[in-house]
Amino acid sequence: MNPVKTFRLGGVHPEENKLSSGQPIRDFEIPKQVIIPLGQCLGAPSEPIVAKGDKVKVGQLIATAKGFISANVHSSVSGTVAKIDDVMDHTGYRKPAIFIDVEGDEWLEGIDTTDTLIKDITLTSEEIVERVKQHGIVGLGGATFPTYVKLMIPKDKKADYVIINAAECEPYLTCDNRLLIEKPMEFLVGVKVLMKAVNAPKGVIGIEYNKIDVARRLDEIVSGDSYFSGIEVQPLKTKYPQGGEKQLIQAVTGREVPSGKLPIETGCVVVNVASTFAVYEAVQKNKPLVYRIVTVTGKSVKNPSNFRVRIGTPANLLIEAAGGLPEDTANLINGGPMMGKSVSVMTFPTVKGTSGILMLNTRDAQPRKVGNCIRCGKCMKACPMGLEPYLLKRLSETNNFEEAEKHNIMDCIECGSCEFTCPANIPLADYVRFGKSKTGQIIRSRNQK
Amino acid sequence: MNQFIISGSPHVHGPESTRRIMLDVIIALTPALLVALYFFGWYALRLTVISVAACVLTEWLIQKYLLKVPTTVGDLSAVVTGILLAFNVPANLPVWMIIVGAVVSIGIAKMSFGGLGHNPFNPALVGRVFLLVSFPTAMTTWPQVSPIFEKGFFADAITGPTPLGLLKESAGNIDKMEVLDMLIGNRGGAFGEMCAIALIIGGIYLIARRVIDVWTPLVIFATVFAFTGICNLIDPATYIAPVYHIFYGGLILGAFFMATDMVTSPMTTCGKCIFAFGIGVITVVIRLWGAYPEGVSFAILIMNALVPLINRGFRPKRFGSKK
Repeated sequence: MNPVKTFRLGGVHPEENKLSSGQPIRDFEIPKQVIIPLGQCLGAPSEPIVAKGDKVKVGQLIATAKGFISANVHSSVSGTVAKIDDVMDHTGYRKPAIFIDVEGDEWLEGIDTTDTLIKDITLTSEEIVERVKQHGIVGLGGATFPTYVKLMIPKDKKADYVIINAAECEPYLTCDNRLLIEKPMEFLVGVKVLMKAVNAPKGVIGIEYNKIDVARRLDEIVSGDSYFSGIEVQPLKTKYPQGGEKQLIQAVTGREVPSGKLPIETGCVVVNVASTFAVYEAVQKNKPLVYRIVTVTGKSVKNPSNFRVRIGTPANLLIEAAGGLPEDTANLINGGPMMGKSVSVMTFPTVKGTSGILMLNTRDAQPRKVGNCIRCGKCMKACPMGLEPYLLKRLSETNNFEEAEKHNIMDCIECGSCEFTCPANIPLADYVRFGKSKTGQIIRSRNQK
Repeated sequence: MNQFIISGSPHVHGPESTRRIMLDVIIALTPALLVALYFFGWYALRLTVISVAACVLTEWLIQKYLLKVPTTVGDLSAVVTGILLAFNVPANLPVWMIIVGAVVSIGIAKMSFGGLGHNPFNPALVGRVFLLVSFPTAMTTWPQVSPIFEKGFFADAITGPTPLGLLKESAGNIDKMEVLDMLIGNRGGAFGEMCAIALIIGGIYLIARRVIDVWTPLVIFATVFAFTGICNLIDPATYIAPVYHIFYGGLILGAFFMATDMVTSPMTTCGKCIFAFGIGVITVVIRLWGAYPEGVSFAILIMNALVPLINRGFRPKRFGSKK
């Protein structure tokens, strides 16, 4: 195995708190009703193609992608469409969703639901990309960018590497770790499928050192089977945000994605572990994205767990199964503590991007008293993009977006390292996110002229 | 129904806090304070306590009655200013003078600019320089060291000049000190600046705790050493060996504890090195050719004024900027 690598600039080391790393994945019971939101990916919400009263099967397409950056949505259960109505979802807004009353568990024909490993990749590159698109696969690390878009390599570019993001640098989350422990073969075939899709000679699995035992295991499998030739396991330093796309590329290949450009500029395609597994199931088993692994965790949670959950399962059922909502829960989060989103209701439906449901206790989540900036420069040292968060905060606060753009505010990856480390507890990430969205609007309107 | 906190990510915070940083500085200053107590007994203790109390009280009064804002004395920054101010004066300074110094430090140099983080100049140094130009005699009458075991805790001190003061008159004036005496601080001077070992221990603690960067003190020492070294090579009769310039006066205290003040020093490593180089050069120029025997305070204050420019000129290296 290669020596440990890491990214060049900044980074922080939050408490890891991988409380559920020893808990095997358990199939979560199919609920009586699922609520499947239409907006589950980074781009435009999908359009429903079913109506109230329609019978659906597991894996049946129920909403189609609308536009380039959008994704198909499939029914995760079999049953009857109860209604299409607004629901308070993981974003904290009321948004449209398809409610399905569950009857049995009948899968659509043509989907292979067995556990048999299929190593032979019979589909061509174009067919793989099309399958990934049809089956609604998005980035399951949390960003939910449609995976097929990443796999469409522009004519003038070439992919040298498929990099698998197995860093799982978010504290608390263990869903990817468990998947690697329990389904290594399927995952590795998934890597081969991705390599074929983009015609890349190399596949590198970047994995943080706190999961070195898993890395060794994968390395054993890969080096013991010529089928997996071209795949390498790359251990990485346990440091946040090791799994940031640009940081991961830089750590693994030494190449830096130029400011404002896409990863393919460096010949790299980065896909998350869970997405890779979903690609395997879509391509080799013809199975659309109807479930995912969700880590339900928190320091006060009785039984931190990893569940395989049908998309649309209300979060409160998962919380109950993990021992109920702890008394001292101050903050309920969809995702991890560094980049996840606070949610206001326990009943929000699990979506494709729900890598974890985290219950932070009062001690960790209590808002801290904000002080004056003491110009210590810690935010700058922590920034993995080499930005000046204190300055971007000030510029955003004073609506000076032209200046913010000059200081590369659009390069911010919103990892939150600056705010994590700020001794004065200044909400730097909030200000910079605000400034970034405003600056983005200005840039877009300028480009339209 | 639970009421959850809705906050932007990140939802967790690291262990760093302003208070913790200030506490680290106080811990780092403790060895030097203990040595001062050993050499000057009651005088050092009295000045330190009064200086700290005056600084904290000034900040509290201004915030409570003038600004009518919640007080921030809990962040301990006024305590650090108080200790540093006391460390920069002779141990036998009249008590009312140190109170004046504390009021100037906190009231004028810190609070009038908007409090912690907004002051362009190091508050303790502004206070010290104010005292120096207002009460030049009292501020340059240095008590000779008298370890408490020899004369007792409350003994009156005999006054005498500092090595740098003697040097100002003539290089031949000075007996070459033993290395050991220089390290433990058995010489005249402001009571916090004398014991090199205690200050270096504090400095190493701050570096280990990542409160300060190693570059600032390192570049200051290197610059002073190189500059005075060249002068010494050219004319040894006029200019003493560089090692004395490092250990005499307030260079070590200034380099570890005042040039590294986060608020008034540049943010990037490159900027810090330029800043430190400037301090080294100005210190030597004042010491060798200026009117005052000691120039560290002035050097740091002058470079403080350049910090906004340095911050503009030296920015961190952006990710993705190399081709």
